[in-house]
Amino acid sequence: MMGVALRRLASALPVLLLVSLITFGMMRLIPGDPAAAIAGLSATPQQVAQIRADLGLDQPFLQQLVHWYGGLLQGDLGRSILMGRGVFAVTMERLPVTLGLSAYALVLTLLIGLLCGIAAALKQNTIIDQLAMVFAMIGISVPSFFLGLVMIIVFAVHLGWLPTGGYVPFAQDPWGWFRSVTMPAISLALLQAGLLARITRSTMLEVMRQDYIRTARAKGLPYHQVVFRHALANALIPITTVVGIIISLLLSGAVVTEALFSIPGIGQLLTQAVLNRDYPMVQGGLLLVTGFLVLVNIGIDLLYAVLDPRVRYE
Amino acid sequence: MSLLEIRNLTTAFGTESGQVTAIEDISFGIEPGEILGIVGESGSGKSVTALTVMGLLPRPPAKILSGSVMFDGQDLTKLSERQLQKIRGPGIAMIFQEPMTSLNPVFRIGEQIMETIRAHERLSPRALRDRAVQLLAKVGIPSPERRMDDYPHQLSGGQRQRVMIAIALACNPRLLIADEPTTALDVTIQAQILDLLMDLRDELGMAIMIITHNMGVVAETADRVLVMYAGRIVEQSPVERLFDAPLHPYTRGLLDCVPSLEHDRPRLVAIPGSLPEPARRPSGCRFRPRCAHAAPACAETLPILAERAPAHAAACIRLPEIAAAMAEPA
Amino acid sequence: MSEVLPLAAAPEAVERAPKRRHPALAALRRLFRHRLFLTGLFLFGIIAFLAAAAPWITTADPNRLSMRNKFLPPGGDYILGTDNFGRSLWSRVVWGAQLSVIIGISVVALNAVFGTLIGALAGYFRRVDNVLMRINDALMAFPAILLAIGVTAMLGPSTMNVILALGIVYVPRTARIVRASVIVLREMEYVQAAVAAGAGHWRILRHHILPNAMAPMIVQLSFLFAYAVLSEATLSFLGLGAVPPTPTWGNIMAEGRDFMRDAPWIIAIPGVALMLTVLGLNMLGDGLRDVLDPRLRIQQ
Repeated sequence: MMGVALRRLASALPVLLLVSLITFGMMRLIPGDPAAAIAGLSATPQQVAQIRADLGLDQPFLQQLVHWYGGLLQGDLGRSILMGRGVFAVTMERLPVTLGLSAYALVLTLLIGLLCGIAAALKQNTIIDQLAMVFAMIGISVPSFFLGLVMIIVFAVHLGWLPTGGYVPFAQDPWGWFRSVTMPAISLALLQAGLLARITRSTMLEVMRQDYIRTARAKGLPYHQVVFRHALANALIPITTVVGIIISLLLSGAVVTEALFSIPGIGQLLTQAVLNRDYPMVQGGLLLVTGFLVLVNIGIDLLYAVLDPRVRYE
Repeated sequence: MSLLEIRNLTTAFGTESGQVTAIEDISFGIEPGEILGIVGESGSGKSVTALTVMGLLPRPPAKILSGSVMFDGQDLTKLSERQLQKIRGPGIAMIFQEPMTSLNPVFRIGEQIMETIRAHERLSPRALRDRAVQLLAKVGIPSPERRMDDYPHQLSGGQRQRVMIAIALACNPRLLIADEPTTALDVTIQAQILDLLMDLRDELGMAIMIITHNMGVVAETADRVLVMYAGRIVEQSPVERLFDAPLHPYTRGLLDCVPSLEHDRPRLVAIPGSLPEPARRPSGCRFRPRCAHAAPACAETLPILAERAPAHAAACIRLPEIAAAMAEPA
Repeated sequence: MSEVLPLAAAPEAVERAPKRRHPALAALRRLFRHRLFLTGLFLFGIIAFLAAAAPWITTADPNRLSMRNKFLPPGGDYILGTDNFGRSLWSRVVWGAQLSVIIGISVVALNAVFGTLIGALAGYFRRVDNVLMRINDALMAFPAILLAIGVTAMLGPSTMNVILALGIVYVPRTARIVRASVIVLREMEYVQAAVAAGAGHWRILRHHILPNAMAPMIVQLSFLFAYAVLSEATLSFLGLGAVPPTPTWGNIMAEGRDFMRDAPWIIAIPGVALMLTVLGLNMLGDGLRDVLDPRLRIQQ
């Protein structure tokens, strides 16, 4: 188990190195002079020069690179132009909001996706299967911001059941938090639930055809034990991989959802940074979120080893 | 009274192009403690027969069209899934061809044995574990106590098949169905597994239905043999008689394919052609297109299994002519 | 929001006979008996038609303001109503369809060319594999939409930059799928036989490997089209796509947001159009996968 963890961490290092290099390079994608772009049209040459110096863009390329990696090692990702504070600190402040929303959406995704997928596989080619798959197909086809808008119009504007937007911290008022993030979480979860349902179905169908399922039935095990113990234990292995992808999708999706429902998480932070040309914030935020995802995927791989003894004993 | 009595069993599969029968009008019995061999090429319906008995065919697409499977005074074809679960294990147990894939890869082998017992009996955890260790010892797994906590991928193919047998024996079944139990194993391991099965029969008195395409396996283990071809039984005989005096041309063909030191045969002869697909079976006798002795009459009626000598039956209308032809010196 | 999943195409075994009589025709025949595929084709066909015929089926300029006619509900003189500036929603949505389709085709083309090239090189030549796949892994580690947002943020909002950003996001994913097929095919006996017969690398790739890696590729590209359309709408909804007043579905919806209480159709019409497009493309992809990719076909 420790071996798996160490090997996985080692293989993540080059990825992280390249990811940070790519984010470093992103600033160089800006056509023309980034400092001028940030400063805007009405800026004086002095102001532009000031910004250039702040960003370190007046230094030679190599020195900028060394500076970037030196900063990374100390957890220094630069300063947000908009906020005037360190990117790392600002991101960490907003992270819990996004994580709470994503976790809620993940729970919904797992509940709906696994349930639909398993039911569809067990009742293959029946009306249950067809309904579940139509739902999944619609799920993967409805843009989450459109679903969010429709829900706002129906449940907030017309029925008045839930707030149209805004955010209540959990620590301050758990019920208020629940009300404020329910619509965002649903609109975020639907796409992933559709994906998960489709994959769970095909995985379960595949597993149910395996020889060991026939063995389990030949032993005289009750049906629920065959399905929920023997089949599910094996189906969860590939499904776990998909959950890793789903977490990545949830964090991406949160950007749009947070903008739509005015939730002050990382998504909103990044959108505002982008719209205000706060390049250091965009760069640092992207790197932090991606780094977080790389860690999540290491966790997923460890979970994989827990579920599959063949991986554990390799 | 027979332990298992199958009467006129016909099982079909629904396919895109309509219903296709996999086995037709199968009738035979198994006595307590008997080893019955069922031989035939793959696709002849051996495994479908076994899976029909176990109630393990997916329905749909499989469907039992007619017949009965009497076991213990009950017709297994009439039982619900829940009732069948009580039979599987303590009544009839089964082992399969692929020991590599027949065990669940994510559970320890001890657990896979114990859960079988748990499904049918109430035992304390201590007694449960003891029984599982005993079973592993009985099937010849060295240091069974240590092996209990191994996962299937840590065992060799032969050992996995032994574990499968231990699972099958877990509830002292009265009938063990072994579907090609040695096909996937090395030759030396094959003999060990067959010896193990025969020893267990002698020790536990259970009947065994052994399904194989290998005449050698039949010769070594079975008391009585059924030969199947294209979904039907073509010959049925005690094992010595089948090898000494085969009747059906298909059986003769199968025996001619077996190299032998004891019997003095001129050469190995392969049966020409191949097993017809279920949807494209010929009229009349199914073996007709591949048979050296076929006559026009063979195309007209489906030959039925008829007794030609005590306990020895064959389904062929040209037996007298064939016997005469064989008696003539070539 | 959009990510290319491993199941979208066949990563591992692509086993098929090197030559059959008319495999393409046989596949086509099965496709046209596939209900899901036909439904998808129909839905996407409508959008594609609107996109292609935009100049002839719209009378009003999508950007012509007409303050007298603002907030007209669908059904009157303006068949789909008007927005807050009195612009014809029919015109705007149809021109938006054209933009969506253009972006979809461009992203698919970028992926078809560069995804195949990188995937084939990495899969066939082990020496470059390591380098290319490390870079690939790093690019795929970014959440898809966030990377697209980051790239467009740096490049500046425009249609061209959206295409470029989506290319950067999705080409690595396509390359990975092509690479997986190529690795399997490279080891197939008929390819080994061609190598033994002295065929050159280029010839082997072109004649023996790429044609057989096409099936998972086509399936992947149809899903990719859906992701591209969806991502573009998302980016422009966030204000990172083509600059307003360019009529993109995302732009129309973003502008309609402030009036959703009284004029919900401004959001609903492009929203439904977007949904039907993505739905059609996903169905198309499912159908293609069922027919072209035997490994993933779910047996009955």
